[in-house]
Amino acid sequence: MNGRIVHIASNTFREAVRDRVLYNLIAFALLMSGAAILIGQISINIERLVVINLGLTAVSLFGIVIAIFIGIGLVSKEIEKRTLYTVLSRPVRRWEFIVGKFFGLACTLVVNTVFMAIGVFGALLYVSHHFQTADGWVLVALYFIILQFLIITSLALLFSSFSSPLLAAVFAFSLFVIGTFAEDLRGFAALTQGFTRWLATGAAYIVPNFSALNVISSVAHQQPVAGQLIFYNTCYALIYTAMALCGAVLIFEHRNLK
Amino acid sequence: MAAIEILGLEKTYNVGFWRKKPKCALRPLHLAVEEGEIFGFLGPNGAGKTTTLKLLMGLVYPTGGSARILGMEINDPRMKAQIGFLPEQPYFYDYLTARELLEYYGQLSGVAAKERSRKVEAVLARVGLPDVGGVQLRKFSKGMLQRVGIAQAILHDPRLVFFDEPMSGLDPMGRREVRDLMEQLKLEGKTVFFSTHILSDAEALCDRVAIIHLGELRGVGRVADLTASVHGKVELVWEGTAVPAALRALGGECHVTGDTVRAVLPEASQDAAIDALRREHLRLVSVIPVRTSLEDYFVQKLQPAGAVAGARS
Amino acid sequence: MKASRRVTVIAGVLVAGCMLASVALVHHLDQVRTGASLEEVLYIPSPKALKRMSLGYDGLLADVYWTRAVQYFGTKHRVGAKRYDLLAPLLEITTYLDPQLVVAYEYGSNFLAPAPPNGAGMPRRAIDLQEYGIRNNPNEWRLYYELGFIYYMDLKDYAGATEAFARGTRVPNAHPFLRLLAGQMAEHAGDLQTARMMWTATYQTSTETAIRANAAAHLRALQVDEDVTRLEALVASYREQTGHFPASFSELEAAGILRGTPVDPLGHPYKLMPNGRVEVRSPDDFPFIQKGAPPGYVPPEAPKVLPTD
Ligand SMILES: Nc1ncnc2c1ncn2[C@@H]1O[C@H](COP(=O)(O)OP(=O)(O)OP(=O)(O)O)[C@@H](O)[C@H]1O
Ligand SMILES: [Mg+2]
Repeated sequence: MNGRIVHIASNTFREAVRDRVLYNLIAFALLMSGAAILIGQISINIERLVVINLGLTAVSLFGIVIAIFIGIGLVSKEIEKRTLYTVLSRPVRRWEFIVGKFFGLACTLVVNTVFMAIGVFGALLYVSHHFQTADGWVLVALYFIILQFLIITSLALLFSSFSSPLLAAVFAFSLFVIGTFAEDLRGFAALTQGFTRWLATGAAYIVPNFSALNVISSVAHQQPVAGQLIFYNTCYALIYTAMALCGAVLIFEHRNLK
Repeated sequence: MAAIEILGLEKTYNVGFWRKKPKCALRPLHLAVEEGEIFGFLGPNGAGKTTTLKLLMGLVYPTGGSARILGMEINDPRMKAQIGFLPEQPYFYDYLTARELLEYYGQLSGVAAKERSRKVEAVLARVGLPDVGGVQLRKFSKGMLQRVGIAQAILHDPRLVFFDEPMSGLDPMGRREVRDLMEQLKLEGKTVFFSTHILSDAEALCDRVAIIHLGELRGVGRVADLTASVHGKVELVWEGTAVPAALRALGGECHVTGDTVRAVLPEASQDAAIDALRREHLRLVSVIPVRTSLEDYFVQKLQPAGAVAGARS
Repeated sequence: MKASRRVTVIAGVLVAGCMLASVALVHHLDQVRTGASLEEVLYIPSPKALKRMSLGYDGLLADVYWTRAVQYFGTKHRVGAKRYDLLAPLLEITTYLDPQLVVAYEYGSNFLAPAPPNGAGMPRRAIDLQEYGIRNNPNEWRLYYELGFIYYMDLKDYAGATEAFARGTRVPNAHPFLRLLAGQMAEHAGDLQTARMMWTATYQTSTETAIRANAAAHLRALQVDEDVTRLEALVASYREQTGHFPASFSELEAAGILRGTPVDPLGHPYKLMPNGRVEVRSPDDFPFIQKGAPPGYVPPEAPKVLPTD
């Protein structure tokens, strides 16, 4: 990777850290320890289930919120505040800026998720006193959650490159919700007829497909995750992210700054 | 080789949300700036100075025309490594300290790692901010930000710098320092292209100036050549209440305030007027040029179009 | 400018390429995990918990589950599945989330009650579903009709059916055929005519395509059963008169027993076999026939339900 992208990424990371983004970890830690103590007291046999379900859902939601709220400002805020002027008048290509911003936020999210994962495993250890081999699948679920973050981040960046932060947030959040039900959307599409079917099927395939990336409940039930699924999900997330990023580059490349 | 060669650069903005109306910010502009000169880009508010600079920096795309900077296309990264740019009212990542910001910009401009911190310290000292390198930029005043802006523009030792209103927001000391800095840059063999509407600065500094109004180039040349044709005025102030008849004959208007008299005369009759006062033994307090001659030239250049400005925009 | 155009072209090509690749991958993913999103139904402890988790958007979630139910049954039915274990929970969740979704109850009576491969073979659960629906929508005559339908068709419990229809007649604005059906039960339970009446009612009053197609297939089958019975009786009487089987329907025509060549509900002529049997040309098109199929006929794995006309 070229040096300028690394520098932009690390500056983005620094910005997130200085904006106290990682403070969400405190909220997460409180949630996890509260839940662990409470569950440890009241439930029989399903502690692990609840800890994994709750923990992974929280990891996912916290991350999504961060990805959207920081992602939507990544480009538009720099245009708005004109901090971009002194960056783009240097030997930095516009696509390098976009890609650097993406990696900066992605790194922030990965670091954040690593800390949260430690919290989840800590809570798991607290309620069940020892780890089991099936807990390894929780790592796969976390990996899938990170893949979701990549997609959401790239989409937020895409919207950020042409619309106001508020609109971008609305778009990104809607796509997240729609993407969660992507499989059902394809079901709906299959029920329609004619031209509508065409349109609906097209839309159902183009929205991000988050349902396949959500294995929280099956992992909580100690079900293994198929290797094939891991492989295809990885390919899918990377390709989808690349697509959204290229879209962002395409738009940003032609934008007149304010 | 010309440092900057502007070939018919043109920009029309579309304004309005729904029914977009074209707004011409820059008519086709032709201009060449030689290497090693300080070039002033003058014009009243809304003339199109910032627009021109943004076009040159590749921040907005031209509607027509092209430009070459240091012989290379706009947006060529090799060219951008050799230029510096100070935007107007600069704003920076305010979560960084001045030192961090300059380090970051140094990285982006490809300043070698081992020279970076030395250059950062040097440039901070050069713009008069040696002690606040570790302060977050959100705690900076407007003038301090302007100085940081100048620092980042010259940090990487560019061959050519673009300053958009470098004096704005600076105290008198600061203005003086920036003027000295620009002269130093010139001595180092660099080219300086700056926009301003402070004419005395331009007159004192520039090898050549261009005057732009309503997006149109109105005049370009050496300051001396441009002002040769126009005549300025001077203001004389002396003690007492008497106005010598000889001085009246020179066509000045006189105002008596308290125990001083103020008269405004054409520059050409300045010597004759002073002689007249001497003869009457009146004590001269001051002789001040009311307008610099560049200002006169400037005003004169704006006049014809100024009359139809309302109709145009 | 040139560099900018290069970026545009590369980014454009990448967007298009990635889009195609991602669509292909989604397709692959769907194959890798057919029905995986449905499996989560197994993990959901109760519809109650789900309703709480839906944060008040239960109507929308009900629609999602309704689609899942239809998809689940539709795709499995098409390949001739023998088990439909998730249909009942899916419909129960759907109706728990939105108790007013009448079409879900209808779907339950038509596809949850019948024996495989035409349904999940769970008539008792289908009845519970209808009773739950009636508790929540006591004025919906349709639900009493569906309840009676299950008793009649799948349990052959004619008393139960009579009671259900009778309950339905007391609902304001009940469809008149409920009264008709209630009366019919006493004398004509088990008759071809009664069955025909009920399928016709379903066909005419339902708006759900799958349910209508199913009813139409049943009606066609009833028609075939009736035609074959009648034609075979004619053949028998011809044999009594002449002492031999007719070689073709035209022989019957010549004898004045039959007018015109008889055709099945899809417009194809019936076949007259040398032993006097009457058969439809392609039994696969009539998944529910009792008569008219060749001896030893094995219906296809996946029943062929033709779209409604
Ligand atoms: N983004 C924009 N959209 C529409 N019009 C614009 C835009 N930017 C500038 N303009 C118009 O272009 C003209 C030139 O503006 P410009 O900023 O270049 O002036 P300037 O010479 O820098 O003035 P000042 O001395 O006030 O900085 C103005 O009339 C302005 O209204
Ligand atoms: Mg300006």
